[in-house]
Amino acid sequence: MPRIGVFVCQCGNNIAATVDTKKVAEEMKKLPGVVFTCDYKFMCSSPGQEMLKQAIKDNKLDGLIVSACSPHMHEKTFRKAAEAAGLNPYQCEITNIREQCSWVHHDTTKAVGTVKSIDLTRMTIERLKKNRPLKKIKIPVKKRALVIGGGIAGIQAALDIAEGGREVILVEKEPSIGGNMARLSETFPTMDCSQCILTPKMVEAELNENITLLTYSEVEKVDGYIGNFTVQIRRKSKFVDEERCTGCGECIEKCPFKTESAFELGLSKRKVIYTPFPQSVPNVPVIDAPNCPKIQKDKCGACAIVCGPKCIDFKMEDKIVTEEVGAIVVATGYQLMPNERFGEYGYGRIKDVINGMQFERLASSSGPTGGEIRRPSDGKVPKNVVFIQCVGSRDEKKGVSYCSKVCCMYTAKHTMLYKHKVHDGQSYVFYMDIRSGGKRYEEFVRKAIEHDDAMYLRGRVSRVYEKDGKVIVQGADTLSGSQVEIEAEMVVLATAIVSREGADTLAQKLGIGYDKYKFYNEYHPKLRPVETVTAGIFLAGTCMGPMDIPESVAQGSAAASKVLSLFSADEMAREPITAGVNKTTCNACWDCVTACPYSAIERDTVKDRQGNIVKWLARVNEGVCQGCGVCVAACRSKSIDLRGYTDEQVFAAINSF
Amino acid sequence: MKIPYYPGCTLNTFAKSFDESARDAAAAIGFEMAELKQWNCCGATFPLTPDNLIALSAPAKVLSNAGKEGDTLTTLCSVCYNVLKRTNKVMRDNKEKRTTINGFIEEEYDGGVNVLHFLEVLRDKVGFDKVKAAVKRPLAGIKTGAYYGCMLLRPFEDMGIDNAERPTVFENLLKSLGAEPVEFPNRIECCGAHLAMNNEDVVTKLSGNVMTSAVGSGAELIVTSCPLCQYNLEKSQDKVVAQTPGYAGVPVIYFTQALGLALGQPIESLGFEKNVTDVMPLLKKKGIV
Repeated sequence: MPRIGVFVCQCGNNIAATVDTKKVAEEMKKLPGVVFTCDYKFMCSSPGQEMLKQAIKDNKLDGLIVSACSPHMHEKTFRKAAEAAGLNPYQCEITNIREQCSWVHHDTTKAVGTVKSIDLTRMTIERLKKNRPLKKIKIPVKKRALVIGGGIAGIQAALDIAEGGREVILVEKEPSIGGNMARLSETFPTMDCSQCILTPKMVEAELNENITLLTYSEVEKVDGYIGNFTVQIRRKSKFVDEERCTGCGECIEKCPFKTESAFELGLSKRKVIYTPFPQSVPNVPVIDAPNCPKIQKDKCGACAIVCGPKCIDFKMEDKIVTEEVGAIVVATGYQLMPNERFGEYGYGRIKDVINGMQFERLASSSGPTGGEIRRPSDGKVPKNVVFIQCVGSRDEKKGVSYCSKVCCMYTAKHTMLYKHKVHDGQSYVFYMDIRSGGKRYEEFVRKAIEHDDAMYLRGRVSRVYEKDGKVIVQGADTLSGSQVEIEAEMVVLATAIVSREGADTLAQKLGIGYDKYKFYNEYHPKLRPVETVTAGIFLAGTCMGPMDIPESVAQGSAAASKVLSLFSADEMAREPITAGVNKTTCNACWDCVTACPYSAIERDTVKDRQGNIVKWLARVNEGVCQGCGVCVAACRSKSIDLRGYTDEQVFAAINSF
Repeated sequence: MKIPYYPGCTLNTFAKSFDESARDAAAAIGFEMAELKQWNCCGATFPLTPDNLIALSAPAKVLSNAGKEGDTLTTLCSVCYNVLKRTNKVMRDNKEKRTTINGFIEEEYDGGVNVLHFLEVLRDKVGFDKVKAAVKRPLAGIKTGAYYGCMLLRPFEDMGIDNAERPTVFENLLKSLGAEPVEFPNRIECCGAHLAMNNEDVVTKLSGNVMTSAVGSGAELIVTSCPLCQYNLEKSQDKVVAQTPGYAGVPVIYFTQALGLALGQPIESLGFEKNVTDVMPLLKKKGIV
C-alpha cells in the first residue's frame, strides 16, 4: 500500500477565499493509500516546506501531493523539498487548485471550488499511485561555443565566452566582422565615434586565442542537441589564402575594376578585390567573383601578378567545415526595410533622398565624402535637410506595426552632426512621437532641438518630389494644424529596422522560433530574454527585434554568461520527462518521426549477431526530446509513452474522476 | 468580346462625350461595351461609417443586375468605379452585411462580379500592345499629363488597380497611343471634388495646383478619368489663369477622347466642343489634325 501525503495550500486568500482547504484535506484522508493530510497558509514558505519535509519523515511517505498553484510556479520548489527529505523528487506531484480552480470560481460559499478541488486532488492521487521514480538525464557537454554573426552583439558574446576560458567559433558572412555598427559615424548619446569604440573589440576578437574567426562563412546545417551540436559551415571562397596573405593591399591598389560598394550602400565604388572598409578584421581581401573578369572570362589577373606572397588562387572553391559545439549564440542582426516600397518618398528615384544608414556614411570620416555632408546628386553641401521619421515603422498598412526604437535617437544625432558640419544649415524633422527612453537620451534630443536648432515638426509627410533641382517635401504640422511645404536640398528617411533576409531559413536550420516579422523568439520576453525554446541555443542583439548598441552589448554578454554557466559542469542534468519507445511493439511506421517538432526521434535498427538488420524501430534522443507528447498521440501501435505522463497514469486519473 | 458596362448618371448626361468616345474606341479596338439593361445611380459616395448599409443598397443593386448579365462589369467614372468596387468587396467578404443588404434589395447577390475600370480592361483584357496596334493617328509629340485624382487608386487595398503612390497604368496607355507621358507631382492629388458645391475657393486652389504642377513639369495636355475631376479642372481654369502669373491654361480632356483621337475616330465624334477648354489649337499645332 502506498503511503501518500496530501498538502493543501491556502495561498493566503488566493485559494482559501473560494475553496474550503480544510475540507479538501479531510476528504483526502479518507482515500486508500493516503496516510497524511493537512492544509496550510503558504506551502511554498520556508515553514511550509519544513513542515512538508518533517511530514515525509514522520509518516514515512513514499509520495506526496501539493494542491496549490500551477506546477509552473512551485513544482521545482516542492520536488526539491521532497528530495531533501529523501524521496525521489518525481514522487511529488502538484494539483493546480489556484489558476484552474479558485481563481476562476467566484462562489464565496466555497461550494463549487471545494468540490472541484477535491476532484482534482483525487485525480492526482490516483495518478501518483502509478508514478515510477525517475532520474534526471545526464548529458555530456562539449565546452565550445558557436557564435553566428560578427556584429557588436556577436563580438561581445564571443569575447565574453573566450574570457571565460572557453573556445569560440565566430561565424560572419561578410568578409569582415563589425556588422552594421562599423557603418555608423558617431553614436548617441555620447557622440563617441563608432569605429573608435568598435575596432578595439574587433581586433581583440581576432587576437584572442580562444576565438576562431570564420569570416565570409555561413552556417549550412545544424544537427544535435544541447551540449552536442554538429554544425556544418560553408566557408565561401575568398580566392585569397588567408594564412599567407599579409594584408599589404597591393592587390586592391592594382585592381583595375570597380563596382558598387555594398558597405557604402551604393554611395561609392570599390575595387573588385576588396576589404569592405579600411579597418576590416581580418585584413584579408576577397574577390567579388561575379564581377571579376579573371574568374568570369579569364581576363586580367593583375592582383595575382602583384601579390608578393602569391596567395591569390582563382580556382579556390567553397569549403564545408564541420564543428562540434555545446552551445550556439545567434546574433545575426538586422537590415533596413527597402524603402523603394514608399513611392511617396521618392527613394530610389530621387537621388537626394537617402536613408539613415547612408547618412551615417556621409557623416563618417571614413565614408565616401570623408565626413563632409555632401548630397549624392551633385556633391553640393545641402543648406537644409529634411529628416522623415517612422518610414515604415508604426505603419501597419505599408510597413511594420512595431517601433524601430533607435530612429528617434539617431535622427536627433543626425541633426546635430549636420549642424556641426554645416553651420548655416537648417534641419527639419517630421516625427510622430519622440521616443527617447534611455539614460541621457531625452537630454540628447532636447540638445538637438535647443542647442543645434533642429526644427521638429509633428506630422507626417505626404509626398516628396523633385522640382528645379530641389526636393519638395509636403507634409502636415499637426501642432499648428497647417500644411507645410519645404524646399529641401536633401531628404533622409529613418527607415524601419527589419529582420535579416534569410532569418527564417536560419531559424529553421537551428530549430528556433520566430515571429511574423521573422525576428527570433526569446523563451520568455521578460524572464528568459536571451534563451530560445531550443535548449542550448541563445540569442543576442537585433535578430530579436530593434534595439540600440548598449542593449545589444548587454545581450551579447548575457548570452555569453548563459553559455558559460552551461559549460561550468562536465555533464548537464535534464528533466526526465521524455518519451520512450516500446521496442517490442514498435512497427517502424515512422509517424512519430514525422510528428516530432524537435527532430528528437531517430530511425534505429536491431541487428542479429551477424550484423543483419532484423528490425527497424524508432528511438528517442533524450537530449533533444522536450516531452511534448505529440509522438504519443501519433503512435498507432501505442508503442510510445511519456515518462511522468504515461497512459497508465492518465487513465488512472480519468477513472477516478 | 462583350463587356457589361455601367455608364452612371454623369456619363449619361453631363459627361456624354466621355461615354460616347469610350464606346466608339472600344468598337474600334474590337469589343463592345454593352450597357446594363437596368441600372441606377451608384450613390456617388462610399459611406465612411461601417454601419451605413443603406448607402450600399444602390450600388449593390447595380452589381446584382450586372451579375445577371455576366461576371465582369466595367465603368468609366472614377467615383462609380470606387463605389462599385468597394461595395462589391463588402458583398463578397462580409456575410452579415451581405445578408442584410440582399434582404433589403430583395436580391441574392454574392459579390461574384469582377468590377473593372475601363483602363483595366484595356490593360488586362485587351492589352496595351493591341491598343497600340490599333492606333491610326498617333499623338506624337504631345506631352501629356495623366491626372489620376484620388478615387481611381485609393484606398489601395480595396481598389488594387495600381500602386497608389507610383501608378503607371495611365502613362503606359498614353505611351501606347504615341503620346509622351509627363509624370507630375500632383497627379494623384485631390481636385477638390464635391467641394465644388459649397467651397469653390478650395477647388480653385487644389485644381490650380494640379494644372500648374502639370504645366510646370512640361505637360501641354491633361487627361482625366473622372467627370468630377474634368469639371473641376475646367471650371477653375480661368480663375487659375487670372491668379497665376506665367500660367496660360492647359487643355483638359477625357482619356477616352485621347484614345479615340489616336484610334483615328472622326474629330466631330469625340465631343471636344463640349469641353470648356479648347484642345484644337494644340492638335493643330502638333499637326495631328
